[in-house]
This record gives sequence, structure tokens and C-alpha cells, in this order.
Amino acid sequence: MQPQPPLEEIPLIFMIIGILFYTAPVWMLLGTWIIGRIAEKKHYTSIREREAAWVHIPALTGRQVPDLPNAYDSQLVVGSVVVSVDHFKRWLSKFRMVFGGEMKSYASVIDRGRREAILRMKEACPDADMFLNCRLETSTISNGKGKAVGCAEVIAYGTAVRLRQAAE
Amino acid sequence: MILTNVESIPGHTITEHYGLVQGSTIRAKHVGRDLMAGLKNIVGGELKGYTELMMEARQEATNRMIAQAQELGANAIINVRFTTTSVTQGAAEMLAYGTAVLCQ
Repeated sequence: MQPQPPLEEIPLIFMIIGILFYTAPVWMLLGTWIIGRIAEKKHYTSIREREAAWVHIPALTGRQVPDLPNAYDSQLVVGSVVVSVDHFKRWLSKFRMVFGGEMKSYASVIDRGRREAILRMKEACPDADMFLNCRLETSTISNGKGKAVGCAEVIAYGTAVRLRQAAE
Repeated sequence: MILTNVESIPGHTITEHYGLVQGSTIRAKHVGRDLMAGLKNIVGGELKGYTELMMEARQEATNRMIAQAQELGANAIINVRFTTTSVTQGAAEMLAYGTAVLCQ
């Protein structure tokens, strides 16, 4: 075995670079964990605010059309969003694959996507009075095997109906 | 052209049915978008480039469906449905279909 040079002889800067280089996967996990958390919190805040603003316009899922004698206009509205899971959550999911159970970290991502899609659908027709027959659909664009980017699309669509106001 | 995804058109009455119309398109993402999406995939969240791509594809499918309905002489499509299939890795098929009708 070769004698190792004492630590003092290695310049500090190289030591730091070396340590950073070999611990890069750890930093990557930490970084994506923090960024992912901040992004998720921000997104949830924005979703809650917008949901509160749109809550007075109902989005119904029934197939039957309620009796609407004062309806004068209807149109199809679509909202969609493509979401992906961050590096940390993907790493975390490997453990979950071993032990089984609910994958909460993935569920929150899809939940965000769904709520965002519904909000975008509503925002596509801001002056509607109600949305009928709202449908939610999720499709996997790619499963993320190999080099491919794993992501899923959530789409919400429905019929926006505008009603004639009673005063008119 | 009026599109709805319910069995009637609120505010209008349907006078004639022309049957099923459909439009579809298969889109592949391009390298530039894939690169950006790959970077964004590290931190997670929405992949805006892909969202745009899917919306464009859906619009294209809808336009083809509308063109087919216009050929039949319809002025509305009811019961519109969207479906997505991933044909191969990185390409998606978008299908829109509905019933072409004449309404007043």
C-alpha cells in the first residue's frame, strides 16, 4: 500500500471540489428535495387561492342536463397539464417499491395536476355560469424508463353553459 | 360550430343527427423540448413545453373532427370525448370524437 500524503499537503480547494464531486448524488437529492418542496407549497397556495375564487361556479359531473330554460350559449372547454415527479421523490419511491403501501409523494403530484387542470378548464371560459358533465382523464405520456422523461398528462373537459340573467 | 360534451345543447334544439365524426393526430415531441423537459424533470412540477404540445395536438384533432362534421352539413357536435394513447415512447395519439348534429 502506498503511503498517503498527509492532508495538509492537498490544497484545500481541491479537497472541497473532490468532496463535492463524490457527494454529488447526495447534494442532488437534497437540492431537489428542497426545491421540490418549495415549488409544491407555492403551487398548492396558488391552487387554493384560485379554487376559492372559482368555487361559486359549479362544475357538475352528471350526464343529465338540468332543466335550463334560460340557457343561451354552450361550448366545450378543455384544461390540461403535464406533470412530472422530482428526482428526490423518484428516489424515495424505490424504497416504497420494496415495502409497499401508499405512495403519498406521487399522489400529491397527481392531485396537484388534477386540480390545476380543473382550474384551467374553468379559466378557459371565465364568464360561464356552470360546467356540465366534467370529465377527468389521466394518461401516461412516457413511463420514464431509460433516458426518457417520465410524465403524465391530466385533462379536464366539460361543457360551459351561459345563462341569461333573470333581470334581462 | 358548437361543441358540447353532453347529450344536448343547452339553449338550442337538435333537429337532425348525422352520426359519429372523429379526428385524430399523432404527435412526437422534438429534441429541443425534450431537453428542456429533461431538465425540468429533475425538480418536478409542470412541464410547460409538453402541456403546450398536448394542447396543440388536441386542437388539431378537434379541428379535423370539425372539418368532418362540416362536410356532413352539421353545425354542432354533441357528446364530444377525448382520449389519449401513447403509441410509442415519446409519441402520443390524440383522438376526439362526437356526434354531428344540426341544431337551431
